[in-house]
Amino acid sequence: MANTADLALSLLRDDRLPHIWCSGCGHGIVLGAIVRALAERIAAGTIDPVKVVVVSGIGCASRATGYLNFDGVHSTHGRAIAFATGIKLARPELEVVVITGDGDLAAIGGNHFIHAARRNIGLTVVCFNNAIYGMTSGQYSPMTPREAIATTAPYGHIERPFDLCELALACGATYVARGAAYFAARLTEYVGGALDHDGFSFVEAVSQCPTYFGRRNRMSTGVDMLRWQKDHAVTLARAASAEPEGLAGKFKVGVFRDREEPEYTKEYDRIIKAATSRTVGDGK
Amino acid sequence: MQGNEACAQGALQAGVRFFAGYPITPSSEIAEILAEDLPALGGRFIQMEDEIASMAAVIGAALTGVKAMTATSGPGFSLKQENIGYAAMAEVPCLIVQVQRTGPSTGLPTSPAQGDVMQARWGTHGDHPVVVMSPSSVRETYDLSVECINWSERLRVPAILLLDEVVAHMRENVTLPAPASLDLWSRPKPTLPPGDPGFLPYRPGPDDVPPMANLGDGYRYHVTGLHHDERGYPLHEGAEAGALVRRLCRKVDRVASELCRVEWVGERERGPRPPSGFPARRPATVVVSFGASARSAEAACRMARAAGRETALLRLITIWPFPDAAIAEAAALAGEDGELLVVEMNLGQVVREVARAAAGRAPVRHYGNIDGELITPMEIAAEIRERGGPARG
Repeated sequence: MANTADLALSLLRDDRLPHIWCSGCGHGIVLGAIVRALAERIAAGTIDPVKVVVVSGIGCASRATGYLNFDGVHSTHGRAIAFATGIKLARPELEVVVITGDGDLAAIGGNHFIHAARRNIGLTVVCFNNAIYGMTSGQYSPMTPREAIATTAPYGHIERPFDLCELALACGATYVARGAAYFAARLTEYVGGALDHDGFSFVEAVSQCPTYFGRRNRMSTGVDMLRWQKDHAVTLARAASAEPEGLAGKFKVGVFRDREEPEYTKEYDRIIKAATSRTVGDGK
Repeated sequence: MQGNEACAQGALQAGVRFFAGYPITPSSEIAEILAEDLPALGGRFIQMEDEIASMAAVIGAALTGVKAMTATSGPGFSLKQENIGYAAMAEVPCLIVQVQRTGPSTGLPTSPAQGDVMQARWGTHGDHPVVVMSPSSVRETYDLSVECINWSERLRVPAILLLDEVVAHMRENVTLPAPASLDLWSRPKPTLPPGDPGFLPYRPGPDDVPPMANLGDGYRYHVTGLHHDERGYPLHEGAEAGALVRRLCRKVDRVASELCRVEWVGERERGPRPPSGFPARRPATVVVSFGASARSAEAACRMARAAGRETALLRLITIWPFPDAAIAEAAALAGEDGELLVVEMNLGQVVREVARAAAGRAPVRHYGNIDGELITPMEIAAEIRERGGPARG
């Protein structure tokens, strides 16, 4: 285990730390879960670190690529999954991990999210969901709850947030899980399950932004917000037997789906096989 | 063969093995052909959910070491702009085929226009380099597909093949070069092995182009659209950021004389140099045009000569970087008593650059048409006759 811990540390770029995240931010915990899950698999020999490519968009969470000692593509806002799709399709042997935030994934990047899930392309997407735009100082996101205060919702938010896991399930994602920064060990397991899964894997990691969400919403420290996660998380097993009113305001954690279905790049390999077995056009 | 077909075949022969796109007339044939032919060559095709995603996927694929392209038209080209800027900043070679149609917005689908010349240069925000070439025939579409990919690879810049609807949908009999005869270029590769601590992914070579490592080959480096240092890490210091963008632009500028191609068409000769003895008489008109318009302009020059005007065509093959030297020479030949007549299917885009490069050596005039039809030789000939000064002899 100590070996895996050392290995996990070696997956971070010393010279890029300290990170830009505020004190109390949950993103370091989520990144830790990703790094541990990767380290376990590298130690076990199931993942070759040279074949890992981390792709992110724009925002606080997306800065993580710079801290990771892998090939990394810090792409454009909302487009990480589209960049990653090109990478994975061009070289299917790569282990492509997408790091994104709730604004990056669910607002500007929503279209790419639903279509990548529909294709079941073999990406591992981890959404650091802090329910706010942190990098731009606290505007509401598609994950901001009703009645919360944001700089662009000064009278209280009137929109309903997505349930990202339900969205992923509806779009055909074949591995879907939700964890939270408070349950860091469980989160590592969910990311590990996503990495092991062959197909489109989605993990929503509930994170916290005390600076731009908490302070405006009566949770001024990271501890307050972690306590909120602890008090509002419900496991899937418990949720299954709970009365609906008991689940109001709560969020479910656990693995919602882990199901094998044909993976996109493997399907494309079948096309290549079929096409190369006949003569086409005047190609070489 | 059709122009779009020639484009697809040229790209395949140049080594393109990845295409991501989104349906849009008048470029869709390129996607349809590549959907069929790429997998037969072991390549990969994907129709993405939108134009933004297709540009992103092309960049992602190109970073893994494959030659990659997309094809689109005006509305789609507008959507791709942010990621084209990313390709310029992160130095990712890729080809964008842009088949121009009328605009703005959805326009008159899908009639020809040449209104995206400035967008091809400045469509994405910030100072940045780009290579843009514009063919006038089906065969040249094949050739310039290869050339755009070559330059894109050598310079690590996005290259844009600026077609128009006429050339894209036109059919001509063509003899294509033997694939083995093509001179194909690939991006410079790192000389240091993976894991060598001396490897810096954005340290430029003597030509200002950094060697490019493939994702997944063990170099474990960071690619970003942020201003970055030679390690690929974000910069926070303005002067270093400025130096980066200056280098990005310089790597293209320093090969401008090799990159900027034109064709002169005189009475008996055509080639990269002005016709010998031009102008034999004064006043002289040099018609400057490109793409499909240049075909009409060539015919118009013949008509004008038959009517006793001293006229030659200067056809631009490279649009960006702009062929300043050829324009300066044309202006000197036309002289103050002659003129440069710029013919393009827009309200005046290339003409601004021509006026700048002519620098007062000759008057510069524009003839444009945005009515969704190819400018005819008769229109241009009338324009030369009417306003081109008195005929002699």
